[in-house]
Amino acid sequence: MSETNKVIEMKGITKKFGNFKANDNIHLDLKKGEIHALLGENGAGKSTLMNILSGLLEPTEGEIWVNGEKVSISSPDVANQLGIGMVHQHFMLVDKFTVTENIILGKEKHKFGFMDQATSQKDVKELSDQYGLRVDPKARISDISVGMQQRAEILKTLYRGADILIFDEPTGVLTPQEIEELMEIMNALVKEGKSIILITHKLDEIKKVADRCTVIRRGKSIDTVDVATTSQQELADMMVGRSVSFKVDKKPADPKEPVLEIKNLTVKEARGYDAVKAIDLDVKAGEILGIAGVDGNGQSELIQAITGLTKVDSGSIKLDGKDITNKKPRKITETGLGHIPEDRQRYGLVLQMKLEENMSLQTYYQKPFSNHGFLNHKEIKEHAKQLIEEFDVRTSSEENTASSLSGGNQQKAIIAREIYRNPALLIAAQPTRGLDVGAIEYIHKRLIEQRDHGKGVLLMSYELDEVMNVSDRIAVMYDGNIIAIVNADETNEKELGLLMAGVPLEKAHEQVTETEGKERETVANEK
Amino acid sequence: MLTKNNEKLYNFLVPILSIVLGFIFGAILMLFFGYNPILAYQAMFNGVLANPFFFGEAMRQATVLTFTGLGFAIAFKAGFFNIGVAGQVLVGWVTSIWVALAFPDLPRILLLTLSLTAALLVGAVWAGIAGVLRAYFGTNEVIVTIMLNYIALYLTNYLIRNVISTGGNTTERVGPNASLRVDWLTQLTQGSRLNAGLFIAIIVVALYWVFMTQTTAGFEVRAVGLNRFASTYAGMSAPRNIILSMFLSGALAGLGGAIHGLGTFGNIFTQSGLPGVGFNGIAVALLGLGNPVGIFFSAILFGVLDVGSGFLPNRAGVPDEMAEIVIAAIIFFVGANYLIRFLFEKVKTKKTATEGGE
Ligand SMILES: Nc1ncnc2c1ncn2[C@@H]1O[C@H](COP(=O)(O)OP(=O)(O)OP(=O)(O)O)[C@@H](O)[C@H]1O
Ligand SMILES: [Mg+2]
Repeated sequence: MSETNKVIEMKGITKKFGNFKANDNIHLDLKKGEIHALLGENGAGKSTLMNILSGLLEPTEGEIWVNGEKVSISSPDVANQLGIGMVHQHFMLVDKFTVTENIILGKEKHKFGFMDQATSQKDVKELSDQYGLRVDPKARISDISVGMQQRAEILKTLYRGADILIFDEPTGVLTPQEIEELMEIMNALVKEGKSIILITHKLDEIKKVADRCTVIRRGKSIDTVDVATTSQQELADMMVGRSVSFKVDKKPADPKEPVLEIKNLTVKEARGYDAVKAIDLDVKAGEILGIAGVDGNGQSELIQAITGLTKVDSGSIKLDGKDITNKKPRKITETGLGHIPEDRQRYGLVLQMKLEENMSLQTYYQKPFSNHGFLNHKEIKEHAKQLIEEFDVRTSSEENTASSLSGGNQQKAIIAREIYRNPALLIAAQPTRGLDVGAIEYIHKRLIEQRDHGKGVLLMSYELDEVMNVSDRIAVMYDGNIIAIVNADETNEKELGLLMAGVPLEKAHEQVTETEGKERETVANEK
Repeated sequence: MLTKNNEKLYNFLVPILSIVLGFIFGAILMLFFGYNPILAYQAMFNGVLANPFFFGEAMRQATVLTFTGLGFAIAFKAGFFNIGVAGQVLVGWVTSIWVALAFPDLPRILLLTLSLTAALLVGAVWAGIAGVLRAYFGTNEVIVTIMLNYIALYLTNYLIRNVISTGGNTTERVGPNASLRVDWLTQLTQGSRLNAGLFIAIIVVALYWVFMTQTTAGFEVRAVGLNRFASTYAGMSAPRNIILSMFLSGALAGLGGAIHGLGTFGNIFTQSGLPGVGFNGIAVALLGLGNPVGIFFSAILFGVLDVGSGFLPNRAGVPDEMAEIVIAAIIFFVGANYLIRFLFEKVKTKKTATEGGE
């Protein structure tokens, strides 16, 4: 029989969607007090497996044992009663309610028929103190940061008595500092006797917090390994089934004339203050320009202005030598722009439409996809099939709705569509968010290929590694200004970090060389 | 979020279930008040289906409902709730009569084309007003179309009394040149008012399908209705599509009004309220789930209910008021299939649906 320290055992889980097996005889066990990572490529079936564990989906075959007893988790309520709670990536919180109200939702305490707000707030406070989950119980969800929303979501599962917590890609939406905090929270939770399943594509996070890691590939479980004795490279290779290279291979850039020329650009934010403040910026043909910066320093507004989704307040933007200031998105697209938007579900896809229709979202009105206003479904389908094949978008059919794709594959579909149009300038905002390492490797290769074909690429990412490895030049944005533009091979993480915090280039440079000098000295002294 | 086959089955099951529930609820109501529901439903269906005249009448009603149903649906696809279909029917109706009476001597083909086109255009403009206001000023289309409904009502009554007729409450009848009646249909249905509008409706059903699924314009309307942001990103113009879909919506409703005028009545008379076909078109569209063929069949069901309810008092002893309540209850359930879909989904989510991503 099962050992008593196993809180969860999933045995031989199979889940079919039609004829497609999203999970194929998967085994997974979770020990009490451990953090167990679940690793797999995009579309491998991680979310599906966890949706089964949390009662959102019923398995086609297989058994689930909780604390040594066989159970049937027919609904989220049942999962709740069994002490299983899931923190979804797209939070399930009511925007207009306060943190407390969201946490107690459905479990309200009453006093003479009235909701007992005071006691509830105290409960929430105590709970948040116990686990070090900083939240403001009285704040409205719409007013707090994504990190705090996530903490509220975690508290919600704890309030419902969860002992087993499932995190589905929790770090995708967080800033580096918030990720640190989350790791600490997870450690605190297991100290209190909770057990955690963590889905993430970031191997360093697995190395940092997880005890064991189960790898699944195309719906099948491959192996469960001890994290301490397995390297990141081994994990990656196991997951993809071939050797993955983390290093981005690229020749030096051969920049030509600028494809994007931004002069004195000011963009106002929705509430009316300047989000982008009179900046100048060029992207040349044959180079990748990275934009680094802490979230909310004007990067999003800059991109929205270039793509025509936001009005330009003053200044000018030229694409491929033509003025596109305040032109309509279609005009800009036709002038030669590709755009992988930051928010894929809001801007990148019409989720309820078929994948094949989404693949021609900007080109449906052109030949060969239509003729005199009539769609050519055959061409649309062929085109979609080709993209799916070439970019390895995992789906059982191009006729599936975009919403049925796994998160990472939705992203791959958008990237495929945008790169394939071969635009003079490709704007890639957070292009690899939510992608597995294999897919990231491939996407980076394609971005560099665009560059080598003499196209310009504007890469915006909050991940320093990505910006440093892929870009040729890096522009750092701080408070709506571009405070420095540096060559990628002449800078380092420290310098960029200082620049992103608003330290001017010369000072940052000084500080970095100073500390480096000191380090060298101490090393020398030790010897 | 469902797999393809499931989705198809489900799209078929939901409306059927709504209809069944509607009838069951109607039956419970009748039982509660001491009437025999089996007798009542028998009277209703026998009355309509076994008699060519009443069947013709039901089909005539279905013809107009097809137009109003499609009209509502096309706006709904673009994310627009056009509650003003009734008003658009009315302006179409009065326009068709007005034109027909103004040029009584034109040859039939020409006069019919002219009347129908005029009604179509006026309906389109009437709805287009709400579309433009929404697209450029963000005004709520529900409120605007409701107000336009009342303007349509009083304007029509004014025109009837003061412009088209001379002070009366009824206009003259249009000449045979402007009538949509065809002899063989009238004879086939033993003198019902079923008319050539039926064929126009069938053609329009096909055109609607072609527009939505085969044209780039339909592609845009669907995309804009489903995700405004992604459509804008993709270079579609949300305002343009809102106006276009409202324009088409009003055109269909206006055409429906013209067929009421030139087919059903042959004239127009002052109205005390807005035509019910306008509002029932909403239920027809929701039951048909935006699918044109589905809308055609649900229009027939509504036509049968409408005409069939007339048999309840005489043949089943169910008084007029009760008959109307029962029909309203059925319409409610049928129209509320969105609700049923929702309940269905709640039961089924955990089994078939999953989140699209992480
Ligand atoms: N309702 C559905 N109908 C059809 N296919 C589905 C459905 N839900 C999921 N799938 C498919 O099942 C597979 C597994 O999806 P899942 O969301 O579990 O992937 P994942 O491992 O979480 O990937 P990612 O890392 O990209 O989030 C995917 O290929 C997806 O397209
Ligand atoms: Mg997932």
